[in-house]
Amino acid sequence: MNTKSSFGVAQIILFLSIAILVVVVAFPVLLILFNAFWVEDHFNFSGAIEILKEPETFKALINSLIIAGMSTIGSTIVGTFFAWLVTRTDMPHKRFMKSMFLVPFMLPSFIGAMAWKMLLSPNAGFINRFFMDNLGFDGPIFNLYSYYGISAVEVMYLFPFVFIQVCGALERMDPTLEESARISGAGLFTITRKITIPLVLPSILSGALLIMLYSMAHFGTVAVLGIENGIYNIPVLIYERIHQSGGSFESIRTGTVLATVLVISAACIIWAQRKILGSGHYQIIGGKSFRPMELKLRGLKYPLMFFCFAYIAFTIVLPTVVIFLVGGLSTYGLSFTPENLSLDNFKFILFEYDVTRDAIFNSVTLGLTAAIITMFAGVMISYVIVKMDVKGKGILEFLGMLPFSVPGSVIALGVILAWSGQFGINLYNTVWIILVAYIARYMAFSLKANSAALEQVHDSLVEASRACGATMWQSLKDIVLPLVKPGMFAAFFLIFLPSLRELTVSIMLYAPTTRTIGVAIYTLNEDGETVISCALAAIALIIIIVGQTVINHFTKKESE
Amino acid sequence: MDIIRVENVSKGYPGHPVLQNLSLTLKKGECFTLLGPSGCGKTVLLRLLAGFESADAGKIYIGDTLVNDPEARIAVPPENRGLGVVFQDYAVWPHMTVFENVAYPLKIADRPKDEIKERVMRMIDIVGMNGLDKRLPSELSGGQQQRVALARALVADPALLLLDEPLSNLDANLREEMRFEIKELQKKLGVTVLYVTHDQEIGLAISDRVAIMNAEGAIQQIGTPWEIFEQPVNPFVFNFMGIANFIDVRREENSFLVGKGSQAIPWESPAGDATEWVAAFRPSDVRIARSGDGLHGVIRRANFLGAMMDYLIEIDGAHLRTSIETHHAIAQDLMFKAGDECSLSFLSLHWFEKESLKGVLEE
Repeated sequence: MNTKSSFGVAQIILFLSIAILVVVVAFPVLLILFNAFWVEDHFNFSGAIEILKEPETFKALINSLIIAGMSTIGSTIVGTFFAWLVTRTDMPHKRFMKSMFLVPFMLPSFIGAMAWKMLLSPNAGFINRFFMDNLGFDGPIFNLYSYYGISAVEVMYLFPFVFIQVCGALERMDPTLEESARISGAGLFTITRKITIPLVLPSILSGALLIMLYSMAHFGTVAVLGIENGIYNIPVLIYERIHQSGGSFESIRTGTVLATVLVISAACIIWAQRKILGSGHYQIIGGKSFRPMELKLRGLKYPLMFFCFAYIAFTIVLPTVVIFLVGGLSTYGLSFTPENLSLDNFKFILFEYDVTRDAIFNSVTLGLTAAIITMFAGVMISYVIVKMDVKGKGILEFLGMLPFSVPGSVIALGVILAWSGQFGINLYNTVWIILVAYIARYMAFSLKANSAALEQVHDSLVEASRACGATMWQSLKDIVLPLVKPGMFAAFFLIFLPSLRELTVSIMLYAPTTRTIGVAIYTLNEDGETVISCALAAIALIIIIVGQTVINHFTKKESE
Repeated sequence: MDIIRVENVSKGYPGHPVLQNLSLTLKKGECFTLLGPSGCGKTVLLRLLAGFESADAGKIYIGDTLVNDPEARIAVPPENRGLGVVFQDYAVWPHMTVFENVAYPLKIADRPKDEIKERVMRMIDIVGMNGLDKRLPSELSGGQQQRVALARALVADPALLLLDEPLSNLDANLREEMRFEIKELQKKLGVTVLYVTHDQEIGLAISDRVAIMNAEGAIQQIGTPWEIFEQPVNPFVFNFMGIANFIDVRREENSFLVGKGSQAIPWESPAGDATEWVAAFRPSDVRIARSGDGLHGVIRRANFLGAMMDYLIEIDGAHLRTSIETHHAIAQDLMFKAGDECSLSFLSLHWFEKESLKGVLEE
C-alpha cells in the first residue's frame, strides 16, 4: 500500500524493526567476528588459527565434534526407530507413548545430567553402588564420566528432534505411494527400503542436523558430567576462560575465536538443512493427514511395547523421581526412607534461602519481561516481513533468521562485548544484560509464531476495514491484533517457559545477585549442595510441567 | 451526473503493464459491470477506485473529488473515499459477530449507539439475515457470509458499491439467487454499483451497462447488455459473450463461399473489400433440417447431453457446433447420427474480416 497516509507509518515500523534486530541481534554477533579477527588495528587471520592450535582449544574443538557426532548418530537411530514404532506398527498404547517421547523436549538436559550423575557416577552412583554392593561387581558397571556417558545423556534429551520430524513425515506421507509399490508386487521389506526410507530420509537428516546444531553448542550436560575427567567442549571452555579470568582480553579473544567456530559450523548446518528440505523429493509428502499402512508386529508386539515402556521408565521417569527424592532428603547420602524425607528443603529454598529465592524471582521476572518485549517486537517485525511491501525487508528476513543459527553461548559472549561499556552503556553484572541476551536469543521463536499467525490474516480483511472508514492504525488495532492474539500467546509461552530453565546464556552473564534458576541449580550442585540444588530443580520441573500443560491445553483449544 | 470519472489511467507492476491509458465514467445510480477474462486487470481497476493502490498516471474522480492524481501527488486513502467494497473471499472478520461486523463502519464514524443498533438491524433485515446477528462468521455458510459482507458495505449508505467477483465462491444455485438479490438491493437503496466479474451471464443479468475488457486490459466495448450481445463491435466481444462459431468464408467475385467448397452462404453479404471473411454465429442461431434450402453439411459427431443434442457439423472443410433441444429433435425427426447429411440456415450472423480475428481464436 503506498497511499500517502500509510507511507509514513510503514517507514516508521520498518525503521524500528530493523533497529531492534540490528542492535539486539546483529551488533553483538558482528562484534564477535570483529574481535576474533581484528587485533591491534589490523586484520589477523593467522592469529585466530594460532589460538585454535593451542592444546586446550584444540581439544575443546575435537571434544565438541566427538560428542556432537556420537549424540547425533545415537539420537537419529533412537528417534527414527521410535517414530516408526508409534506411526507404522500396531503396537498397543501408541498415543500415550508418542506423548511420553516428547516429554524430554521440555526437561532441561542439565537437570537430567545431574540426575544421571547421582544414578551412575562411577563410585557413588546409586545404580553402580547397587551392583557393587549387592551383586559383587568389582567396579562400576558404567562410567558416566566418559564420551559415551555424556553422549548417552545427550541422546536421551535430544532424540525428540528426530522423532518429531520423522513422525510428521511418516504421518503425512501419501499411502498410495506405498500401495502402488505393493500392487506392483513389492514385499513390505522392499517397500520400506525402496519407498518409505528414501521418502522420509530428508526428515531424518534434517532432524539429525538440528541435533548436531544443538549438541555442538550444548553447555549443561558436558559441564555437569565432563568436569571429573576433564572432558570439555567449546561452550564449556568459553565459560571457564571468561569466568576464571573475569573477562580479560586474552580470554575474550579466545572466546570470540571459539565462538566464531560455533557460528560457522552452525551456519553450515543450517545451510545443509535448508538444502535438504528444499530439494525436490520432499514435496511428495503433502500437508494432508492420511491413515498410514500399519505393520503387524505379531509376536514382537508385546516385547517391543515392554521395551518402550522400559525406555520411558528408565530415561524419563527414573531421573525425575531421583531429583524429587534427593530434593527431599535431609542430607545427601542417606537412604530414601520415610524418616529421611521431608518437605523442609522445599520450604527452605522457597522462603528462607536468599540465593534460591532471588534466583526464582530473577528467572520469573526476566522470563516475563523478555517474553512480553519479544512478543510485541516479534509481532511488529513479522508484520513487516509478512504483510508490508517495502524496500529493505530482505534485511529483516535475514536478521530474523540469524538467531536460529547462533548458539546461546555465542549470544552471551556477544552481549558481553556489546554492553560492557565500550559503546557507552555498561550493563555488565546487572540483570539487564541477561534480559538483552534473552531477547536476542528468543526473538526467532517470536518471529516464527507471529509470522505463522499473521499469514492466516488475509489482506482483504484489512482492506475491508479500510474501506469501512478505518485508518491504518484503527485496522491494526481492531482487526489485525485480535486475530494474531493466539500467535502472540504462543510466542509468549515459547519464550517464558524456556527462559525459566535457561542455563547456557545466563551462566556467562550472572553476577552474585543476578543468578537465574538454572545458574542457581548449577552452581549449588558444583558447590556440593546436592540436596538443595535437587530441590530447586524439582521446583523448576514442576513450574515447567505445569506451564507446558497450560500451553498444550491452550493450543489444543485454539486448533479445534 | 457522473459518479466516477477515470481519465487516462495507467497502472503496472515491474515488467508487467496492466492498465494503459484507460478512461471510463459511471453514471449515478446505475449498475455497471466490468467484464473480462481473468488476469485482464479489472480487479486492479477496482482496487484503484477503492484506494488500495495508486495509479502510475492519470486521474480518478469520485463525485466531484479528485481522489487520485499521481502528478499532483494526490492519493486519498481508502478510508476517506466513502465507498462500500465486497470482496471475493467475503473478508468477514472472524473474531466479530454478524452485528459487530455490520456495525463497524458506523462505529468508526462515531455514530450514536441507538442509531447504530437501528441501522444495523435494518440492514441485517434487508439482506435477509434476521435472527443471525449474534452468530460468529464460522457458524455461517458461504452465502450468509457474503450477505454479511454486503450489509457491512451498505450500512453507511455509500454512494458507490464496489463488488469484486462476490459470487464466484458460491455454488451455482446460490449464485443465481444472490445475483438477483444484489440487483434488488441496488434498486431499493439507489446505490451505484460497480461489479467486476469474468462471468458474462451475471454481467448480462444485472447490469444497466457493461464494459468488456480484453486480456491486455483495454476496454473493447461499453453498452447495454443487449447491445453487447447483439451488436458486438469485434470478434473478441462476440467470442467472449458465449460459445461462438467462426467459419471461413472466401469471396470469389461477388459470391461468398463457405470453407473450401462452392456453396454460397445464405445471408446478406458483408460491406467491405476484403476477400477473406469469417462468418460468426452462436450455436443457438443455427437452424438445422434433414433437407431443404441452405448449406449442405455432414454430421461429424452427435452428443446426447440429456435435455440437449449437441452436433459437430462439417461444411466443405469448415466446422461448426450447434445444439437443439432433445424433445424438439425427436418431434421433428432431427435425431442425427454421425455421417448423416443435413441442411443449415441461420437466424443471425455477424461478419468479421479474417484479419481482425488474429489473437482471438487462439484462446
